[in-house]
Amino acid sequence: MANGILVFIEHADGKVSRASYEAVRAAQLLGAALGQETAAVVLGEGVAGLAAEVAAKKLGRVYTVESEWLKDYTADGYAAALKQVISQAEPALVLMSHTYQVRDFAPKLAAGLRRALVGDCIGYKAEGGAAIFTRQVFQGKLSADVAPAGEAPHFVSFQIGSFRGDEAEAGSAEVRALAVNLDADLVRQLPEARFKEAKAAVDLTQAPLIVAVGRGIKEEKNIEIVRKLAAALGAELAASRPICDNEWLPMDRQIGSSGQTVAPKLYVAVGISGAIQHLVGMKGARTIVAINKDPEAPIFEVADYGIVGDLFEIVPALTAEAEKVKQ
Amino acid sequence: MKIIVCLKQVPKNDSILRINDDQTWIQDRDLTYEINESDAYALEEALRLKEKHGGEVVALSLGPPRVQSVIKEALARGADRGLHLDDAAFGGLDAFGIGAAIAAAAKAEAFDLLLTGLQSDDLGYAQTGVIAAELLGLPHATIVMDVELGEGAIRVKRELESGFFQWVGLPLPAVVTIQSGINTLRYATLKGIMNAKKKEIRKLDAAALGLDAETLAPKQQIRRIYFPEKTKQTQLIEGAPAEAAAKLIDKLKKEARVF
Repeated sequence: MANGILVFIEHADGKVSRASYEAVRAAQLLGAALGQETAAVVLGEGVAGLAAEVAAKKLGRVYTVESEWLKDYTADGYAAALKQVISQAEPALVLMSHTYQVRDFAPKLAAGLRRALVGDCIGYKAEGGAAIFTRQVFQGKLSADVAPAGEAPHFVSFQIGSFRGDEAEAGSAEVRALAVNLDADLVRQLPEARFKEAKAAVDLTQAPLIVAVGRGIKEEKNIEIVRKLAAALGAELAASRPICDNEWLPMDRQIGSSGQTVAPKLYVAVGISGAIQHLVGMKGARTIVAINKDPEAPIFEVADYGIVGDLFEIVPALTAEAEKVKQ
Repeated sequence: MKIIVCLKQVPKNDSILRINDDQTWIQDRDLTYEINESDAYALEEALRLKEKHGGEVVALSLGPPRVQSVIKEALARGADRGLHLDDAAFGGLDAFGIGAAIAAAAKAEAFDLLLTGLQSDDLGYAQTGVIAAELLGLPHATIVMDVELGEGAIRVKRELESGFFQWVGLPLPAVVTIQSGINTLRYATLKGIMNAKKKEIRKLDAAALGLDAETLAPKQQIRRIYFPEKTKQTQLIEGAPAEAAAKLIDKLKKEARVF
């Protein structure tokens, strides 16, 4: 009988990722709400130290799985190892943080067991001993409450920032090694070393004022009006991903999960709807202004000030006012 | 080299969304649709690989009759033929069901490479390609920003977090999910649109794909859909553009003290 909550622990360069502790915190809260035991699992080669670190959190147990085939991450290796862990530990719920690594292997793991992965959730509601999970759809414009169907185990991943990793309660968990069978035929991906591209030419992280432009600008030539606003405010110009994908602005001006993360004094979002990939890169700004034609755009959830309307009218008006103030 | 590219039709990115009466989905009347953004990049990557190495590009889409417009657009841009997976039983499928349907259609094609976008702009599961790979027993890689073709294998550049990348080798056949921005999209030419009219679009239903009710049964169900509760109080500034602009600058100066 499947029972308990199992948390997947991600690590890189000999460190437990911060996102993993968010998942640990989610497991502690859900474990209390559902009356379920909690456990965590660390995969890799030489992970005793990492397991000891995780075991200092309030968890029932920390499993370690050691294998040369888990030294470097591969989707095949991780999915195969976790499948064997799940058959031994028999959890009812497997929790993960929705990182790029989890996105790579978790759908394979769940599909291999013919189970659902309820992915990229932002919260949960415990109802009568079972949990339903809230996830964003339509790029954050709407939320959906989703129930896993069918037999356990159910797989759930939480969006980064949905839980506070630093609130994970301390404790003392038992560490237990599990054995798995992996071999060369099973692991088909050949991973090479991780690397960074040439350093970003523009360091937006130091800019006190940022004006960012998004898809609402429609055409490359229209970026000029936003550039003028940035100049009038003495701000750096930045962009959401689609603008850089179209090469309307260089990649080093991109804000978001795949670009730079900034926390300026002022962030003006022009024609940016506020997909989560963008919000994670700028929601730490002290003051956020959003200009968008759609009053339901998710950018308004993080904005301090908003103007709903046509940016082609509002931005030039704002430029004129900014010029007055700056004189 | 035979490449299948999966294309999802989604409501246009700037659509104003309304929730249906039983709060389980959006009202789909009056919506206009487009190719899911990262899928469009996957299509472009497939066309470029074919132009460089030869072969065939098959455009696959699952959904009601309206998704044929997505397949036709792909054919006009240079795909060779289309597969349209359509069945009343496909309404409301979850990621597993869609992945299973794609896997069943792809299996009959003896392909080398199956490409999808990394995530849909509507449901945002980010799972379909990986599920199809698992059900086909094939290796996969996700969030890919470059594809190099070798002898019986590919080498792909995966995007990781915080500006990191990683090259990963995969034996063919394989499944790869493509990140937006990997290439520059082309538009269909007039000649392409004319040529597309002669290209085949084959329709496949659940029976043709050998999909039973158990495979298609949802493994996750949307109970309720709603506009998110706001976590921050946003001051909305009203008025004509010049008036709103003046009010905003005043507030930034006096309340927020940003300059």
